[in-house]
Amino acid sequence: MLKIAKERLNELYAAIAEAQALVLPLKKAGEVNYGAWAEGVEVSLETLKTVKSPKDMFFPQSENMMKFKTEGKNIEIIDVRGEKTPTVLFGVKACDYKAIEVLDKVFLADPVDTYYQSRREATTIVTLACSKPEESCFCKAFGIDATNPMGDVTTWIDEAYLYWQANTEKGESLTAVVSALLQEGGEAEVAAQQEKTTAILEKLPFSNLDLSRFTPENLNELFNDSAWEEMSEACLGCGTCTFVCPTCQCFDIRDFKTNEGVVRYRCWDSCMYSDFTLMAHGNSRTTQMQRFRQRFMHKLVYYPSQNDGLYSCVGCGRCVNKCPQRLNIVKVIKTLGGKKND
Amino acid sequence: MKEVELKMLERAKELLTSGEVARVIGWKKGDFCHDPSPASFETVEELNDFVYDWFCGANLSKYLIQMSKKEGKTAVFLKPCDTYSFNQLVKEHRIKRENMYVIAVECLGKLDVEKMKAKGASMIEGVDVQDEKVTVHTLYGDQEMEKSEVLLVKCETCNKTHQAKDEEIILHERQPKDVNRLAEVEALEAMTEAERFAFWKEQLSKCIRCNACRNVCPACSCIKCVFDNPASGISAKANDSEFEEQMFHIIRAFHVAGRCTDCGECSRVCPQNIPLHLLNRKFIKDIDTLYGEFQAGETTEGKTPLTSYTEEDTEPNDVFNGEAK
Repeated sequence: MLKIAKERLNELYAAIAEAQALVLPLKKAGEVNYGAWAEGVEVSLETLKTVKSPKDMFFPQSENMMKFKTEGKNIEIIDVRGEKTPTVLFGVKACDYKAIEVLDKVFLADPVDTYYQSRREATTIVTLACSKPEESCFCKAFGIDATNPMGDVTTWIDEAYLYWQANTEKGESLTAVVSALLQEGGEAEVAAQQEKTTAILEKLPFSNLDLSRFTPENLNELFNDSAWEEMSEACLGCGTCTFVCPTCQCFDIRDFKTNEGVVRYRCWDSCMYSDFTLMAHGNSRTTQMQRFRQRFMHKLVYYPSQNDGLYSCVGCGRCVNKCPQRLNIVKVIKTLGGKKND
Repeated sequence: MKEVELKMLERAKELLTSGEVARVIGWKKGDFCHDPSPASFETVEELNDFVYDWFCGANLSKYLIQMSKKEGKTAVFLKPCDTYSFNQLVKEHRIKRENMYVIAVECLGKLDVEKMKAKGASMIEGVDVQDEKVTVHTLYGDQEMEKSEVLLVKCETCNKTHQAKDEEIILHERQPKDVNRLAEVEALEAMTEAERFAFWKEQLSKCIRCNACRNVCPACSCIKCVFDNPASGISAKANDSEFEEQMFHIIRAFHVAGRCTDCGECSRVCPQNIPLHLLNRKFIKDIDTLYGEFQAGETTEGKTPLTSYTEEDTEPNDVFNGEAK
């Protein structure tokens, strides 16, 4: 294990950024989100939950997919995918790292989403262990260890040092870039911190949520549960939960006419929105209850049924903190999870 | 607060049991002490989850649009600020007043748990409020905070009083605050154009276009928003630049100008904490200056500055040129 004194972190960032892009949690206009490092930015590693997750480093909120130019009866299709800049994504928490695994199963499965893939391959992920989880965290319920988040490099931070451990070849290459700044040591400090954090994780109110009812066999029972009406009653139909969620992956594709031809782009979409699933014949989901149900059934039943039981919620708790009406997946799990099948 | 809650609960039970109302709109307990959700209660049993505490900041008025369509009378607990939105919705024929039973409830300001967390409170188990002091009980011990520092933004400058009520439950009178709710707008006006542009660019670039501000806004009560309509040609889910969001927010502020009651829900719900209420307050200040003092939602009838014309009205050109009377 290697380490670097906290007051020298800026040197570490500068050394990484010399060779490639560096993206990490930055405080801007009072809020912390992932952004590109540059001299003078305010890095905020201690922030437990960035407002948005790092998913838009691979799956941006909007991106151009291709352009079309027409001349007479000919259509020229222009590929806008360029080479992706090698990037280091720094400070990713265990829940958000697990979320990338969830996204990989969608975007890297056949047919591969090359837009996602090129960014993903160009990125080295440096994770950061949590030491101060809070009451809205429930990664433990999904079997995630917040004290050992993996990735290409895992880091831990305490009052004095940032500890560094490479896990993969990509991680070793990055270590080589910054090795002059790192010194040996830290095993005991990291182990002590992990033990302390694990004790806090045990005490978190949502750490032991009962997920046993959320299985593919119970799909119909869960889908038809009468509790959805009441649970969704206060839902505003906004997209906050989906846009702050690290695993929500739905997008819309549209064409935009410009003076230089047509641009086809995609952007995040939300199953909470009234025009989601709108098709030529109309909309298959006509009520907010149906949209609300879709979101949670997808996380807890549909996705796991297609991915060997892996839930597509990682317990980051952003929806717990950010839903304007304080509705969230925990309330759904508690309401439905506690029931027996009829 | 507990006595107020008990009185409210007692009234809700009476109203449901006697059949005077078919449902009561209030707040339901969450998993913590700080996450109640708006809810409707149709039976006495459902009222087991009823709560009214320091975190019931959500404005219940907009729910009444959907409740208004239901069979029977709806009782609703409204805080002072909520009654302005209520009146405005009645005025716009979005709520049927005769189907509503308004119980005005006391409000001494609501608290913002995010502000408490920003002050280091973690694992919050409860709060006690004594005048201007808040004691936050956490798993790691108690923490003292000034109430003024942990109020919801919308409560910081609120001097509103109930504008609609069929009965009231008020056990503690609130002292008027000696604050200028337009102070932040004045500070923005005092900036140079470049500074102001930089301020809004930084703030609005955070927008993730989740539409929470619009969906929670009682003045945004269109059945179908033009931005949600794929056939409108302007439905916008993506942006050309990080600052294109300004168009959405400025257009929205124009759209609700003269109808916005300054309930502050837009800023409460914004996941990126963009001070959206400042756009609305700028319009409120301009309307006051150009057409005389006006507060939307004080009444359910009568003309409003932007929906009526008099020969003395300021000419739009004068406003544009900064020469308005």
